[in-house]
Amino acid sequence: MLIAEIQQRVGALGRNSGIANFAEAAPGIERSEAPTIERGGGSLYAPREKIYPKRAHGTFRTIKWIVMAVTLSIYYLVPWIRWDRGPYMPDQAVLIDFPSRRFFFFFLEIWPQEFYYVTGLLVLAALGLFLVTSIAGRMWCGYACPQTVWTDLMIAVERFFQGDRNQRIRLDKNPWSFETLWRKGATHFTWLLIAVATGGAWVFYFADAPTLARQLVALEAPMVAYVFIGIFTATTYLLGGIAREQVCIYMCPWPRIQGAMVDRESLLISYRAWRGEPRGPHKAGQSWEGRGDCIDCRQCVAVCPTGIDIRNGSQLECIQCALCIDACNEIMDKIGRPRSLISYDTVRHMEAAGQDMAPINFLRPRVLIYATAMAVVGIIMLTALMLRPDLEVNVLQDRNPIYVKLSDGGLRNGYTVKILNKAYEPRDFHIAVAGLPGATLSVVGQEKQANPVINVPADELQQAKVYVALDKGTAAALTGPTTEFSFVVTSADGASSAEHKTLFQGPER
Amino acid sequence: MASKKRQIETVETTGHEWDGIHELNKPLPKWWLYVFYATILWSIGYWLLMPAWPLVSSYTKGLLGYSQRERVAEQIEAGKAAKAVYREKIAASDLAAINEDPELLRFALAGGEAAFGDNCAPCHGRGAQGAFGYPNLRDDSWLWGGTLEDVQLTIQHGIRADDPKTRSPGAGMPAFGKTGVLAEPQINDVAEYVLSLSGRAEDAEAAKRGAQTFASTCAPCHGAEGKGNLAIGAPDLTDELWLYAGGKAGIAASISNGRAGMMPAWAHRLDPETIKELAIYVHSLGGGQ
Repeated sequence: MLIAEIQQRVGALGRNSGIANFAEAAPGIERSEAPTIERGGGSLYAPREKIYPKRAHGTFRTIKWIVMAVTLSIYYLVPWIRWDRGPYMPDQAVLIDFPSRRFFFFFLEIWPQEFYYVTGLLVLAALGLFLVTSIAGRMWCGYACPQTVWTDLMIAVERFFQGDRNQRIRLDKNPWSFETLWRKGATHFTWLLIAVATGGAWVFYFADAPTLARQLVALEAPMVAYVFIGIFTATTYLLGGIAREQVCIYMCPWPRIQGAMVDRESLLISYRAWRGEPRGPHKAGQSWEGRGDCIDCRQCVAVCPTGIDIRNGSQLECIQCALCIDACNEIMDKIGRPRSLISYDTVRHMEAAGQDMAPINFLRPRVLIYATAMAVVGIIMLTALMLRPDLEVNVLQDRNPIYVKLSDGGLRNGYTVKILNKAYEPRDFHIAVAGLPGATLSVVGQEKQANPVINVPADELQQAKVYVALDKGTAAALTGPTTEFSFVVTSADGASSAEHKTLFQGPER
Repeated sequence: MASKKRQIETVETTGHEWDGIHELNKPLPKWWLYVFYATILWSIGYWLLMPAWPLVSSYTKGLLGYSQRERVAEQIEAGKAAKAVYREKIAASDLAAINEDPELLRFALAGGEAAFGDNCAPCHGRGAQGAFGYPNLRDDSWLWGGTLEDVQLTIQHGIRADDPKTRSPGAGMPAFGKTGVLAEPQINDVAEYVLSLSGRAEDAEAAKRGAQTFASTCAPCHGAEGKGNLAIGAPDLTDELWLYAGGKAGIAASISNGRAGMMPAWAHRLDPETIKELAIYVHSLGGGQ
């Protein structure tokens, strides 16, 4: 659809693609064939027009290879990093432990009720995305998004087996042959291998990686592991190998949001029309007077993974991967014109048509607001994580009945005291009552012990049923039906202590 | 107009125009349509394989024979199997040992709470707080003893229940007024005396008169000091807790009409492990001795 559209536009502007003349103009530059699929006239549904991205060479391609290597390495290797947490705890650095409901990240650990840390992280990620987008457009889409990384990998595989753009177009045009079959077969087989590896790596985040790896090989792993490998194999193969740019254009909501994030000072991949136009084919030796630098070689279109023409300006489909910059720079070098006909540039510079090249203002309100918000959220998160206690106490008061009258006229209240031992070793705790003079405390199961001890396993919650009683005299001295007091839970070694306020209930008076 | 616009914008439109706004022709991708068709096919497959359509008195069962009811039954069986380990331990351990093993105690308390809600709550209340005539199981006053073994025995055989080992079979506090053993003024005096046992007497003279009647008529069961007798379920009359109304009129009514609370025996309704769990649970409610 897109290429047809572009062809339409180009045609309406009365230009030819100039491909025929191009080979003469710049020897050694590969000729690009435009796909010939037409839009199904009048139909409500458009067939997909296959895109054959050409291999680009240059700075941004190199950066993208590096980013791909780094992100894929992180994805595949992180579950294998070990992190010693002592004998009672898993030693996997990053582990989402569903059975015991814990999330481990190196030196951090969160319990399910601390999910707000993840919320904070998501807020940080969103703000980071906003910040980067307002400074330099869709950097995320262009370099780091898994869809981009895996699609790039899948295209590299496709190129390895089927050749570059023109070979691939020819392969598709030619009738089916043994060559087509093995080249395509090998491509899809490799895609599936990558997809299986992707799914395989995913499940390692949720269980001890070496153990699970052995189980997977021995076919002894839990069913859910195979199911998720299957799901991720299917999605990786379909989204990365088959759907590719369709995901970015039709499925992802982010491109729609991005439009609101950029402004006139944002660095976007831009075709400098003021330098390039009027475009047209150029023969070696011809003068550059009275014409633009764009020789209409369509290399920027050929390398584009979403199949658009960047010369039509910023558009929804553009993931800003910067490959067109590399492609154009290569051509500019060959024809001896200055680089950066396509470049990271701002709308303001575009509109000034090269006249007002005042430096980009990075200290714009939106940049400052996003940066400040990030700093605030980051500091709050960091402080909260640093101050995260290794002991927490929750108290549930019995509500049915709220108090019990005793034979001597005293009162008794029941409580469930929950002790959250967030340390990585089992600990013993003592419970005491503070702020309720004369109270006697008893722990169910340890009624006869003078100083009850509650043992809590490493990184676990343990609850104790506790009764607090007042004799008649003390109960009569209470000033109202409710009296505030605290449970103080102290570890046996005295290192940690936590207090929880609660109420002692009595009759109305 | 439209065609002119189209030429200027060089983007195909659908020809639709509203107030000068043209609709660009951006057709949905074909594969999207195919995904929609695929979901329809999926639903047909689902109807065939899974229970799907309601019929008049039944429903289509599906080829896979999946049934949520069977799944529930399976899960209940699995739950029972998971509990079996603990229940065996409970069967093998005596009550004190269960109470002192934190893990077994937690299991027994959870099971006991569920069994209590199913079987005991109708009379004793969901919170075991009791009601008029139904003992509060949370306080420290017991008619038949508050040790683990006492509670277990009470649950097993009940009170005045249809059980050979039940406590106080056919007996209870006699209706001294109705049977004419005590006359109205005597009942009034004894009630006054009983009030004086917990320091609430209003008429010292009457209490003094009542003391003699109490010594001859009530003390055999309630004890000379009115402290009660656990062996026969005679309540302590000196404390501040009253199973029936504790005011003068209430006490007089008890003396006049008699009292004989009844609790069914559970040994032939619940298995021994559940009764053990119940005993542990009731003992844990605060009053356990």
